[in-house]
Amino acid sequence: MEIKKGIAVSPGYAIGEAFVLDSESYRIPKRVLAPAMLEAETERYRKACEAASAEVAGVQASFEKKVGKAYAAIFEAHLWMLKDPQIHAEVLRRIREQRFNAEYAVSRAFRRYAWMFRSMGDEHLSLRVSDLYDVEKRLLRHLLGQKRESLTTLTDPVIILAHDLTPSQTASLDPKKVIAFATDVGGRTSHTAIVARALEIPAVVGLGTVSTDISGGDRIVIDGNRGVVIISPDGETLKKYEGLSTSFRAFGKRLTSELKDVPAVTKDGTRVELMANIELPEEVESAVRYGAEGIGLYRTEFLYAREGAAPTEMEQFKAYVHALRTLSGRPLVVRTLDVGGDKVMLGESQPQEPNPILGCRSLRFSFQHPALFRIQLRAVLRASAFGDVRILFPMVSGLQEIDRAKDLLKAAMEELDREGILYNKDLPVGIMIEVPSAALIADRLAKEVQFFSIGTNDLVQYTLAVDRVNERVANLYKPTHPAVLRLLKHVIQSGADAGIRVNLCGEMSGDPVYTMLLLGLGLRSMSASPFAIPELKKVIRTVSMDEVRETTEKALAMDDPDQTSAFLSERARQILPEAF
Amino acid sequence: MPEAVREVPVTNQYGLHARPASRIVGIASRYRSEVTLANGSGRAVNAKSILDVLTLAAASGANLTIRAVGDDAEQAVAEIAGLIEQKFGET
Repeated sequence: MEIKKGIAVSPGYAIGEAFVLDSESYRIPKRVLAPAMLEAETERYRKACEAASAEVAGVQASFEKKVGKAYAAIFEAHLWMLKDPQIHAEVLRRIREQRFNAEYAVSRAFRRYAWMFRSMGDEHLSLRVSDLYDVEKRLLRHLLGQKRESLTTLTDPVIILAHDLTPSQTASLDPKKVIAFATDVGGRTSHTAIVARALEIPAVVGLGTVSTDISGGDRIVIDGNRGVVIISPDGETLKKYEGLSTSFRAFGKRLTSELKDVPAVTKDGTRVELMANIELPEEVESAVRYGAEGIGLYRTEFLYAREGAAPTEMEQFKAYVHALRTLSGRPLVVRTLDVGGDKVMLGESQPQEPNPILGCRSLRFSFQHPALFRIQLRAVLRASAFGDVRILFPMVSGLQEIDRAKDLLKAAMEELDREGILYNKDLPVGIMIEVPSAALIADRLAKEVQFFSIGTNDLVQYTLAVDRVNERVANLYKPTHPAVLRLLKHVIQSGADAGIRVNLCGEMSGDPVYTMLLLGLGLRSMSASPFAIPELKKVIRTVSMDEVRETTEKALAMDDPDQTSAFLSERARQILPEAF
Repeated sequence: MPEAVREVPVTNQYGLHARPASRIVGIASRYRSEVTLANGSGRAVNAKSILDVLTLAAASGANLTIRAVGDDAEQAVAEIAGLIEQKFGET
């Protein structure tokens, strides 16, 4: 049994067979052979090696002719890999002793080396890992021949593992046959995450090397609530997850129907606003279905993620108005373009930055692309004539950025005035609090805007100097670090003092483990993925402010973030055992 | 069974990357002897396996121990040591 930790992007549990997609979308089958077949299987492997070697030699020769001997040298290494005695011994052992089919045996042997190379962490070696995959793929192509199983011909339900799912891969999926996703890369806004949430199947991303460490046919568990993948689970783990899976589904259905139309109020009458974060326009509908009181975070990146040109003013305007119609009066907080970091990039190629997370992203990017920004500001303003639209500027680090953003917004307003186009002249302006500098001067910033939205994902990352997608340090990413909690408290208090609305839209707000703590810190507005809303509402309706205050006091007194998290989990479990 | 051992420093610019490793494996594979390589005090690996040789991650400056066991051990070690000493013909 092996456990891998990633980022939970779509909740639920799945237990099933891994279907590893290579870049060509073919599957590596795993079978146990009858003893009588082992000789033939060994022979099949030998023939595949020979055929692959002949092919490599051919490629090498033509490459030599085209670009010269020096560049073709890498194929020399490929040829030696196909003749590698260690690989041969391992493959033959897996076929003859463990009676596995050649494809699986080959894949295991190559992946074991790939894993070794990667764990050595040598920059020079990482190149060779791709060579390894290249050779593995070539061998598999010969082994699989015409029998290659593609995604479109799935017969049994499977868990899809991939480096990163491409839109064309997901487009060819049969949603009835896919019960979960797990990918090496990606974040909450990656394509895989969005598709998984749309299909309402569990998904974990940012796992590092899951698609290469796991072989097709392995039995795995996906825990989309905690961002965990378990390879070859033992009997006890399996049983636990079977139980979780059944109760999760029943609980989810019951919660949604039970709680959709009741307010989020604590037992003793404290009202909390629950809004939804969405990434795609279609998600507005599910937000309403799950009982969201509005869209607390409308990400506009997807508008820009399409191939080719950025969206026109009219296209954006229509997208916002469409959301407003579905919301029928509920508020829509539109965040301006937040590209960079792990987010979707624009079609145009951006210069490589050595440190993109600290680079030209988000509002900084908008300031450097004023024409693009102007179009977005105009579109948001025009939509504000049709409903409760609010504008949110991301990644503000100081007062001057607020001034500049407001100046540009004002200029767009004046343009619309001249053109006689209607908009809401009192459009509420808010900022994301996700940079520690902004959090520290929240009391000053609160005087300049109508609302705050706390982005804990980035706030935690910047405060603790931890890239949570980097598997080597991701374990240091702790939302309950005392420094983070102190910042949160300060921001929420500053907002309350200035009389402005403070919302929290990071992943923390969607995790019921943190609900009591956030209420205790004074938060009264949360924005989370649509499907998380019923559960949050359930927690809120189950607790009293006395319990909340007591829990928060204890949590804040702790120095060890792991202890704090464990304590909060335990408290949440006591409050709402069905959900945990 | 005859045995031969030599220690040679890796002095070519990029160490044992894919191309030099291929050449070592090419030579070792021509001999009947068992040939192993070790980087410093690390584990000895099969010199006829390119993947094993690459896992040595022997950078420039590393000290390689070449060991061969078999009737042609002496020649095997001499030829591989020669190749490494001549920096694999890299300029």
